[in-house]
Amino acid sequence: MDINEIIKPENMVYTKPRLMNDNPMHYCPGCSHGVVHKLIAEVIDEMGIEEETIGIAPVGCAVFAYNYLDIDWIEAAHGRAPAIASAVKRLNPKKMVFTYQGDGDLAAIGTAETIHACNRGENIAIIFINNGIYGMTGGQMAPTTLEGMKTSTCPYGRNVALNGYPLRIAELVERVDGTCYVTRQSVHTPASIRKAKKAIRLAFENAMAGKGTSLVEIVSTCNSGWKMSPVKANKWMEENMFAKYPMGDLKNV
Amino acid sequence: MANIKGAVVVNKERCKGCDLCVAACPCQVLALQPTEVNDKGYHYAFMQNPDACIGCASCGLVCPDGCITVYKVKL
Ligand SMILES: Cc1ncc(C[n+]2csc(CCOP(=O)(O)OP(=O)(O)O)c2C)c(N)n1
Ligand code: SF4
Ligand code: SF4
Ligand code: SF4
Ligand SMILES: [Mg+2]
Repeated sequence: MDINEIIKPENMVYTKPRLMNDNPMHYCPGCSHGVVHKLIAEVIDEMGIEEETIGIAPVGCAVFAYNYLDIDWIEAAHGRAPAIASAVKRLNPKKMVFTYQGDGDLAAIGTAETIHACNRGENIAIIFINNGIYGMTGGQMAPTTLEGMKTSTCPYGRNVALNGYPLRIAELVERVDGTCYVTRQSVHTPASIRKAKKAIRLAFENAMAGKGTSLVEIVSTCNSGWKMSPVKANKWMEENMFAKYPMGDLKNV
Repeated sequence: MANIKGAVVVNKERCKGCDLCVAACPCQVLALQPTEVNDKGYHYAFMQNPDACIGCASCGLVCPDGCITVYKVKL
């Protein structure tokens, strides 16, 4: 069969989401951020809430998320996205408000904002990109960096005696009464991407339904910071990150 | 899968040559251009073995930059 017989609009089964515009994304080749951006765009489109959605962008590699997804956005100061989201949602209770945050943003400088937004049960969704490192600033150790993992600020590997243990945010906020849904996902295979999309959808539905705070952690790669190819980084994540950050729902009430 | 045929179109200027689609394809359809580069200097992905494509969209799903459009027909 001639290829031009196949490549016709009526035969299309997959393409870039409508809400992702044509601006070239600044992310490194193979970065997980792009995959999660696509899922968010698809979920918003499928829920028909393009006009109702307000995203709160972080400081970190995703600082320019607002340049890529054509929805309303506010750019927060470092770590403050859950505080901004709380205010926006309280003032606009019919809107779907979500934050998009890295592990440096959410689990280091923004730990207090994260935990208190969850504890207040703010009706927001938190998308948490845990790549175990500060990607944007050149690959420094994050609270989530694995024991023994090398970064520019722990070049011999994270030493628990000196730097403490990797912080498991999902387990922490699962214990907080205001959360209704806490899950850990990944986006490194077609199957995991489909599951992660369902999790994001549920979190967004919870935010609309006023059920409390949902947190979707996406265990991700930062191939540049980890100094590996994207394919190798996915493998390394499976072999190392998943033991400390296991996949699945921690809470769904 | 003989009764299903697929094809993909890669947005070659958007592609960053990350290789994730190549690794995700179950039918070894895709490869990175061995010598050609796009305007950004990346060895972009292309269908090296188009006859093997089953239109499963695995490549499209894993592409972080949304470069791949997938088509599928039932014969
Ligand atoms: C108040 C303040 N402190 C520190 C910084 C420097 N800084 C920028 S991004 C970042 C951490 C980013 O890491 P993460 O949130 O994990 O995002 P990633 O880039 O890994 O996606 C830091 C410390 C800043 N911009 N503002
Ligand atoms: S530095 Fe890491 S997190 Fe940032 S764009 Fe590059 S790969 Fe992604
Ligand atoms: S649609 Fe499936 S078979 Fe075709 S190139 Fe993509 S991954 Fe390979
Ligand atoms: S996954 Fe996307 S960006 Fe990466 S090589 Fe394939 S088409 Fe290019
Ligand atoms: Mg990070």
